[in-house]
Amino acid sequence: MTSATTNIAPRYNDDVVRLFTIATIFWGVVGFAAGVFIALQLAFPWLNFEPYLNFGRLRPLHTSAVIFAFGGNALFATSYYVVQRTCRVRLWSDGLALFTFWGYNLFIVIAALGYVLGVTQGKEYAEPEWYADLWLTVVWVAYLIVYMATIIKRSEPHIYVANWFYMAFIITVAVLHLGNNLSIPVSLLGAKSYAVPSGVQSAMIQWWYGHNAVGFFLTAGFLGMMYYFIPKQANRPVYSYRLSILHFWSLIFIYIWAGPHHLHYTALPDWAQTLGMTFSIILWMPSWGGMINGMMTLSGAWDKLRTDPIIRFMIIAVAFYGMSTFEGPLMSIKAVNSLSHYTDWTIGHVHAGALGWVGFITFGALYYLVPRLWGRDRLYSIKLVNVHLWIATIGIVLYICAMWVSGIMQGLMWKSYDSMGFLEYSFVESVKEMHIFYVLRAMGGLLYLIGALIMVYNFVKTVKGEVRRAEYPEIPAYSKSTEVTV
Amino acid sequence: MSDHKKEIDQVTGVETTGHEWDGLKELNNPAPRWWIIVWVITIIWGIGYWIVYPAWPTLSGATEGTMGWTQFKELEESQAEIMARQNQYLGDFQKATDDQVLNDPKLYAFAKAGGAALFKTNCVMCHGSGAQGSIGFPNLTDDDWLWGGTIADIEQTLHYGIRSGHEKARQSQMPSFGRDELLSKPEIEEVVDYVLSFSSDKGADAKSKGAEIFANNCASCHGEKGTGGREFGAPNLTDAVWLYGDTREDVYKTVFYAHAGVMPFWDGKLSEDAIRQLAIYVHSLGGGEGKGAIKVEAEENVVPAGAPEEAEMPAQPAAGAPGFEPAAPAVDPSAENLEGGEAHPASDSTLAPETPEVKKEAEKTVNESKR
Repeated sequence: MTSATTNIAPRYNDDVVRLFTIATIFWGVVGFAAGVFIALQLAFPWLNFEPYLNFGRLRPLHTSAVIFAFGGNALFATSYYVVQRTCRVRLWSDGLALFTFWGYNLFIVIAALGYVLGVTQGKEYAEPEWYADLWLTVVWVAYLIVYMATIIKRSEPHIYVANWFYMAFIITVAVLHLGNNLSIPVSLLGAKSYAVPSGVQSAMIQWWYGHNAVGFFLTAGFLGMMYYFIPKQANRPVYSYRLSILHFWSLIFIYIWAGPHHLHYTALPDWAQTLGMTFSIILWMPSWGGMINGMMTLSGAWDKLRTDPIIRFMIIAVAFYGMSTFEGPLMSIKAVNSLSHYTDWTIGHVHAGALGWVGFITFGALYYLVPRLWGRDRLYSIKLVNVHLWIATIGIVLYICAMWVSGIMQGLMWKSYDSMGFLEYSFVESVKEMHIFYVLRAMGGLLYLIGALIMVYNFVKTVKGEVRRAEYPEIPAYSKSTEVTV
Repeated sequence: MSDHKKEIDQVTGVETTGHEWDGLKELNNPAPRWWIIVWVITIIWGIGYWIVYPAWPTLSGATEGTMGWTQFKELEESQAEIMARQNQYLGDFQKATDDQVLNDPKLYAFAKAGGAALFKTNCVMCHGSGAQGSIGFPNLTDDDWLWGGTIADIEQTLHYGIRSGHEKARQSQMPSFGRDELLSKPEIEEVVDYVLSFSSDKGADAKSKGAEIFANNCASCHGEKGTGGREFGAPNLTDAVWLYGDTREDVYKTVFYAHAGVMPFWDGKLSEDAIRQLAIYVHSLGGGEGKGAIKVEAEENVVPAGAPEEAEMPAQPAAGAPGFEPAAPAVDPSAENLEGGEAHPASDSTLAPETPEVKKEAEKTVNESKR
């Protein structure tokens, strides 16, 4: 054993976790701000500055910044933190782990520059061109190696459930990334490439990728986060081991089939649409298994919802997870989809999951991590956590309600025929009606961004070692202790 | 730590699995019964759906399902339902002449509803959501027609377009008097002043130098008195309605460079029925000429309240006397109006002049002409 005499800090590599944590917070603010800006562009088109800062280029910048930069760095940070502690072993290679940090964030910068310059493969959530994809492949293989090797050399006999989810995330994202980015560059010195599959096959592969990016990046990965940080923060055992096994295997086996529901009523053959829809419905309960296990872990500690805003973040996250994983199967039903598809309802659905589930579980984990990673006894302010929680929650509710109303209105307007058999509305009339909802949505996003900035302020103060005296009257004087108290 | 030390959780009284990681334990609760039941129900439903609908790929295609459902059949059925609504009217509409349509309230409503739907999809991007037009795109709610405003005229324009490349398109080209050095710059200024004086308070000075230039260069198309010529689509220059802007500079540019706006042809792109519906709809917007126009205007009171003396006059072709003020002045074609303008030209043939600002504008115009 290594010297456990003074403290246990050298035992785990937390340097790289700190770097990923900083990157998570930084990209989060960038991604949320980009989201608010493009929301305003939709409401007020004069905000489109051609060509570099128009909606078409900034939209993938926003989605990539929040999913891959904010979410991705959060998954790296928490997976490295969790795998070391639940395996009781240091990361397999410090150097390779550090490479994944710089490599991954370099990928994000390369991708972002490409978007602004108008370089794209035109595949949603897989916009970066071949050179960025190749680089990401190298980084991802390094991540897989670090993670797997750490698990292989673990000091615990069993692998904790959080690690199953993190592994499923890393392996499947590798497969998805390779599958959807099969393309041939036009020239070695040019950015442009063409996808190997074409037509409906290309569309099917794209949505096999797109839906499982949601399933394995934004669901499985963040369930791994949930399975460590909720029981830790609640100080309670996980509710059901058997449920975790059942919903893990069912989730990963069924999710992979659900992609075709993105292509209802298209050139995709009927049979593939049917399979996509039915597996989406069958996926409902496996998804909810994670929600049940997260919520019920609070059994016997429900009072913490009153006293601990960090637990509140995590439980609201799980509630939004449950809501989105019910709404998803609902929207995959063809009859519902024929109304909801191509409308803002989809945008609202995605953001219920992204802002509510992914964002809130990450905020909860960050509030848990930052004092521990920087060796502080407590956060600068618990009250500010609560302020962040409520501002962000109001923001989400504003956002998704605006998009529900707007989306259903769009769907109904587009479908509406009068008694003589003529379309009642033109497309532009539906756009005109959406204006107010676009303004409301931007306001919701702005509240969410303000909440995140409050969090950043709280973290800066925490890292400096400050505490808000009014909240901690028992502390006699302000101390700059750097002692690690894990 | 690694031993299977099962213990009882004090709070819930449930056994743990005996594993522990970083202080984390797991309870040995079973998966909730309701969770398993609902899951099994969704699986059974899924299997049932596979039997009824096309579902699994086979070597030679895919299972077809017991109902024979395909998305193409569903599309045909829903289209048939919509077409059945149109078919209540379509047969009579096709048999009826334009006059008969105008005199049959049901068919006239049908034609206007169809035209309004088509207009919103195909025409608003140039002519505006209220058909009010904008710089370079004619206002279709006034009676200032370049190529004629009867239903037949409008239908011809819709069919073949203007300078559209169709062999039957309406063709004409104003010379670029300045660019091609047909006139000197001072001469253009003279003629511009003369043209602008048609619609000014003072009236035109027939002895000016501009009048002479006009007579030699412009009158052959625009008419001796500048009232326009429809065989060439030459605008009436006396009515203060300006397609390309009403400032002296705008008109100067028009004479110097000339314009040649294009209207696409719809022949072959829209059905004959659709084109006819559009023509009837546009004709109903306020400026329609010939049969149907007088009746429609009288019924719908298109004339602004501020101009009672003009309400007596039957709607005249735009080629009226010099100084004739249009009964329905052009809706302000500013950008603001384009955005927030009449969003529902379909709702009925309500005309722009009934909005308060336009009414005011109309009164102002009338008052000015009285001064």
